[in-house]
Amino acid sequence: MPKTIAEINERIRNGSVVVVTAEEIADVINKVGIENAAKQVDVVTTGTFGPMCSSGAYLNVGHTKPKIKLGGGTVTLNGVSAYSGFAAVDVLMGANALSESDPRNKVFPGEFNYGGGHVIEDLVAGKDLVLKVRAYGTDCYPRKELETYINIRDINEAVLFNPRNAYQNYNCAVNLSDKIIYTYMGVLKPKLGNANYCSAGQLSPLLNDPYYKTIGIGTKIFLGGGVGRVIWHGTQHNPSAKRKYNGVPSVPAGTLAVMGDLKQMKPEWLMGTSMLGYGVTLSVGIGVPIPILDEEICRYTAIKDEDIWTQVVDYSNSYPNGKPGNIAEVNYAQLRSGKIKIHGKEIITGGLSSYSRAREIAGILKDWIKKGKFLLDKPVASLPGVDSDCKCKPLKERAVKE
Amino acid sequence: MVSKKIVLHFPSKLIDKPVISTLVKDFNLEFNIMKAFITPREEGLMVLEVIGDEKDFDKGIKYLNKAGIRIQPLSKDVKRNDTRCTNCGVCVTICPTQALVYDRETHEVHFYDTKCIACELCIKACPVRAMTVDF
Ligand code: SF4
Ligand code: SF4
Repeated sequence: MPKTIAEINERIRNGSVVVVTAEEIADVINKVGIENAAKQVDVVTTGTFGPMCSSGAYLNVGHTKPKIKLGGGTVTLNGVSAYSGFAAVDVLMGANALSESDPRNKVFPGEFNYGGGHVIEDLVAGKDLVLKVRAYGTDCYPRKELETYINIRDINEAVLFNPRNAYQNYNCAVNLSDKIIYTYMGVLKPKLGNANYCSAGQLSPLLNDPYYKTIGIGTKIFLGGGVGRVIWHGTQHNPSAKRKYNGVPSVPAGTLAVMGDLKQMKPEWLMGTSMLGYGVTLSVGIGVPIPILDEEICRYTAIKDEDIWTQVVDYSNSYPNGKPGNIAEVNYAQLRSGKIKIHGKEIITGGLSSYSRAREIAGILKDWIKKGKFLLDKPVASLPGVDSDCKCKPLKERAVKE
Repeated sequence: MVSKKIVLHFPSKLIDKPVISTLVKDFNLEFNIMKAFITPREEGLMVLEVIGDEKDFDKGIKYLNKAGIRIQPLSKDVKRNDTRCTNCGVCVTICPTQALVYDRETHEVHFYDTKCIACELCIKACPVRAMTVDF
């Protein structure tokens, strides 16, 4: 008999719910078998923590007296440029934003010590931020300049809004050239000097629900230490990507757009991040509960690192030039062992996504559910699946006429 | 007599020049090469234990500086801010001496400061800037 989310929530309320993490479920299945495991276990918790570039936050800072309209003006927070194209006092800060004066890659490799990701971390940490505005002034919004401290405690709304997070699988990056390169996948040493990867593997949300059977629009999640929701499929969501025999994509595939109240979040789960020679980003912690409604869903959550494969991609040539072709296929057990073998050469591996933090998140979410602090929600709509026409396409450039 | 440990940073143009042997010939210093490598930035890096008279040592250092070698005492303190470190492990492929090591059991990254030669490569390579150096 399949379970329902309402039944699981009833058990969360009366304290009899059985929750395990995506690491622990494999052992449960080994002990009692898949049929019993699907009956006994109500929820499997997942987690991931790593740099997620398509992240940001919007704030409503409140009106001044006399009033000022930020829309169409220029706005900075701690010197970092914010987007001001929304009405009078709504401000959007993207994780990759930089200050006008940041040297970027003028002295190569640029250090990118402070940017949008760090502004979001400081805001969540409760630090005062300097807001500077230049506006053009109107009859109803006469003020033209503003310089003030703001604090997350005092402003109206502070919302984390991430258009693309929690990638279902990701490339493993190497460098075939004879020069060191600085990428969003970290520093890559020449001639296969190292291999960097970025996924929580067997703990990663979408790898535990490869066909999006339970994770959908409206799913309640752990987000940045607080509670958030999946609000849409993420940008570049690509459900029809190549999959293995077990249904798990072996290339980057699905993604999630997520949102949540920044005021409840914590700075240790939203960290400003600097990628040498590349830019600034935000490391985000996400945990998604998977309700074990039937045996099939249970079986998916049992996935192990050795059954999740990914492509080794050359970031000195094929990636920047958008050329297809991979160098090798490896699994996450191999990657996490610290070494992989490519072209007969042993290569040391380094992660960008923190497995220990992913594990911590799955543990925290498990604890919240067990203590009755976190109920599950039935998604209001599914994410586009394998059969949908949702695809990630390259840009078709067309010459612009003068 | 003094014995001091120093780290030498060679610009690439000096890598194949016999600067070190001059230390013995002209300054009467003895040395042990503790570690030597070419870093990803393609500069040479050498950890030396230099033994000799204090005066000769100072002269030797002056000579190396003049030759274009950056010298740094090994006592420079590289530390890790453990609350900021996320144990991601991206630094383990950067550290030339395996002072940063990924533990496969716990999925934590250990920092063995006794193995650290203060080359500073991890400082900017750590995405959350958990590695710091004190002068
Ligand atoms: S790169 Fe930084 S955060 Fe990652 S393990 Fe090393 S010290 Fe820790
Ligand atoms: S400074 Fe960093 S990279 Fe260099 S030896 Fe010490 S720990 Fe390793």
